[in-house]
Amino acid sequence: MTLTYEPIEGEHFVVVSETTGDSWEIVVGLEVHCELATTTKLFCGCPNMFGDEPNTNVCPVCLGLPGSLPVLNHNVVELAMRLGRALHCSVEPSVFARKNYFYPDMPKDYQVSQFDQPINVDGWLDLPDGTRVGIERAHIEEDTGKNTHAGGSGRIHGADYSLVDYNRAGVPLVEIVGRPHIRHPEQAKTYIDELRAILLTTGASDAKMEEGSLRVDANVSVRRVGDTELGTRCEVKNLNSLRSLGRAIEYEARRQVDLLETGERIKQETRHWDEGAGRTRAGRSKEEAEDYRYFQEPDLVPLAPSAEWIAAIDAAMPPLPAARRDALALAAGVAVTETSVVIAVQRDLDQLALATIAAGGDGKRVLTHVEHNLSGEGAVDLNPATFAQLVTLELGGQLTATQAKTVLAEMVTSGRAPDVIAAELGFEAMDSSELEGIVDGLIAESPEEWADFCTGDDKKRGKLQGFFTGKIMKATKGQADGKAVAAILESRRAASL
Amino acid sequence: MSAIPSTALEIAAAVRSGSLSAREVLDDHLARIDAQDGEINAFNLVMTDEARAAAAAVDARVAAGEDPGPLAGVPLALKDNLCTRGIPTTCSSRILEGWRPPYDATVVQRVNAAGAVSIGKTNLDEFAMGSSTENSAFGPTRNPRDTGRVPGGSSGGSAAAVAAGFAPISLGSDTGGSIRQPAALCGVVGVKPTYGMVSRYGLIAFASSLDQIGPFSTTVADSALLLEAIAGHDGRDSTSIDAPVPSLLESLGQGVDGLRVGLVTELMGEGIAPDVAARVRQAADALTAAGAQVGEVSVPAAAYGLSAYYLIAPAEASSNLARYDGVRYGMRVDAPTTAEMNAATRTAGFGEEVKRRIMLGTYALSAGYYDAYYGKALKVRTLIVRDFEKAYADFDLLLTPTSPTTAFKFGDKTADPLSMYLNDICTIPTNLAGHPAMSVPFGGGSDGMPVGVQLLAPALGESTMFRAAAVLEAAAPALDEVWS
Repeated sequence: MTLTYEPIEGEHFVVVSETTGDSWEIVVGLEVHCELATTTKLFCGCPNMFGDEPNTNVCPVCLGLPGSLPVLNHNVVELAMRLGRALHCSVEPSVFARKNYFYPDMPKDYQVSQFDQPINVDGWLDLPDGTRVGIERAHIEEDTGKNTHAGGSGRIHGADYSLVDYNRAGVPLVEIVGRPHIRHPEQAKTYIDELRAILLTTGASDAKMEEGSLRVDANVSVRRVGDTELGTRCEVKNLNSLRSLGRAIEYEARRQVDLLETGERIKQETRHWDEGAGRTRAGRSKEEAEDYRYFQEPDLVPLAPSAEWIAAIDAAMPPLPAARRDALALAAGVAVTETSVVIAVQRDLDQLALATIAAGGDGKRVLTHVEHNLSGEGAVDLNPATFAQLVTLELGGQLTATQAKTVLAEMVTSGRAPDVIAAELGFEAMDSSELEGIVDGLIAESPEEWADFCTGDDKKRGKLQGFFTGKIMKATKGQADGKAVAAILESRRAASL
Repeated sequence: MSAIPSTALEIAAAVRSGSLSAREVLDDHLARIDAQDGEINAFNLVMTDEARAAAAAVDARVAAGEDPGPLAGVPLALKDNLCTRGIPTTCSSRILEGWRPPYDATVVQRVNAAGAVSIGKTNLDEFAMGSSTENSAFGPTRNPRDTGRVPGGSSGGSAAAVAAGFAPISLGSDTGGSIRQPAALCGVVGVKPTYGMVSRYGLIAFASSLDQIGPFSTTVADSALLLEAIAGHDGRDSTSIDAPVPSLLESLGQGVDGLRVGLVTELMGEGIAPDVAARVRQAADALTAAGAQVGEVSVPAAAYGLSAYYLIAPAEASSNLARYDGVRYGMRVDAPTTAEMNAATRTAGFGEEVKRRIMLGTYALSAGYYDAYYGKALKVRTLIVRDFEKAYADFDLLLTPTSPTTAFKFGDKTADPLSMYLNDICTIPTNLAGHPAMSVPFGGGSDGMPVGVQLLAPALGESTMFRAAAVLEAAAPALDEVWS
């Protein structure tokens, strides 16, 4: 079965089954674990460092040795609150709880987390496409150690032995639980992109999926379009890249639609994404949901950040991506969902764009350059005044789009003014009568092609327009404005009919 | 040998003045241990070499004109659930066999810094779960007053060590009475401080919200001395109280004139042996004679303390003891998979009582049972706190028996866990409330075994509690005084 995605009413997407022609909606909620960028661990003074020699950043506390006790790292609370406020959450008095289960990478055989009273609750995250994804909670918890299975098959079953590295044990995490407001695999990827931008902006995390400092689980369900009840969901784990995330959601949706259309039921379970095979597989089957026997962690005291602390965090909050997009779109006079706006913020070029627009540069033209011609290094240091000057020259017809691109690249490298660079490169505005003369001459040289251009179908005409434009560009050494050339060709064709 | 004084205060004074060496004091106590501990079994480990080195260091400091501290040269026994750097710490459990902590508990650091000489690690009910020290994997400790009887528990080794004269002072831990009950049964002083007054860092947890370290001694003054040395804020324990340490020694001579003392009616009737209840009334009379106003007070929720305790403590224990999984330290019984290795290790490593409490606690926290058991127990705990608050609106201190009976014979209660649990009925409510309480010897029962009376105070009320304790100590009948 092939799935197609069709937008309806702007923001919802449907899966159309080729078997039945029925339309199904994908519903996705993402749970993201991210490691906080503190210098020390959550409950002890050990370094929070990725990639060190195994079992070097450990002490009695993070090894869970008998008699050791946790002491909460103040900076973890600071970063968790920064993230929470950036996600428009309310910061609440919270308590820590123990989540009890046996696992060799967990030194105490319980994980200190937050359960019924998390620190951040009820926020949201706005996607560039305008979708608002609810955030149920963003709570603090400790990371586990890391198992390596050695010998035998190298997998957990059939390994000769297992090694545990406790450097990661006790590293602070925030788990961000999103509401099931995502409707498309691409939207899921955008959500993670946006969340990463917020994590980086607030300094809460370095958010590297490849190093595991950002880990994503996807709760996926499907339902018939129009249904209001949520379908039974499966939690998909082992998503190590955005590509895996998108593929896994798509696969899982297809699997669920197939099951439902053949009259089967979805079993709520954890499934693991197999990137090589391109499919999800059920985890170990469990008779019933695991019972973690949560209870309040008696070794820690309740956490109640003061109103002053929260206010200080709000006051120091850097501008967040959504607000930056709003500001840029407003200044440029374009829709906030424009790709160029999204890209400008992603590349941290929105301040440059704003300053250039303020210096008189045309908003749309500035954003076009930012989107297409300013992806390299050094762009951020461009002088807004000269950038604006370039855009003005271009709009005034003194430079063609192609020439402007060339001049801009040189401006990034040398920092010199656009008129100076243009003069040096011999870019001069071509007189329109001069251009018309060249065009007429070339038409005369190729009468057969010209006749075909004038009378041929769209396909033929398109091909021949390229033929003539190429000749003209060659004759003018690229100084001709493509738009002007097209306009002359069209006026000559209209006159010949 | 007879020149060695019997109290910590006297020993420290003599050592600090240079009139007695820490070495002489140590040798005297080591000789007593050598002669008698084969029978008593108070110690899991006698730290002979480390103690000799510590005593030599104390003597060197005195010789150099320095002051080794308020516990200079005083032999001190440590319950074997207090972590000692490089020295086996077992909790009297097979599962921790061979484990040597890489660090000292905060209390161990503090007694060492005060000049004490740690002399050994004392026996306990496995993981502090029990009231007779019969649950030790290394055999029971015997009561020095009658070796056919239990010393109480779980800190039976620390209580017996003091009662037998192996050390003038020792440290225990009290989760539901584990200091006070063995103190009563062995005829010594035992104190459970306010929760948070003494750092729990390095105390191997049984039930974290209830555990508290405290002193044993033969005199009230020695307990005051030791408590002052170990109390005070510790940044490594988040539940540690950041408040100044009260001057307990100073309060000892202040008497009880005008203090209001309440006799808790719920803990004077059914289930309390008549001879024990009679001694408590006699203690009340002694306080009255010293100027206190003694009345009766009801703490209704105290009757439910035992039930609540036997849900809350096992629940926390089931989580605290999960880490003994054979992965990193202690015993490991190999098996084909990790889960099977965990199970085999825990099956072999834990004793029956520990397994019983892990099962109880796991059940109490399980989905579908949490509200009916653990959740309800927390509510009872709140009610107990509230009832104590009401009682302390009218009274400065409360008075109860420490234990319902005097020391019982070995095997009397091992077949019936419930009858064993009932031993803690008078001591448990204070742990649930987080308040301080202490047991003071007050004569003997009809069997000639010691009786302890318990003084209870509101949070951080230690100074007042010690004033009354000193009065009771002075008025206490001799153990061999004929009971009437």
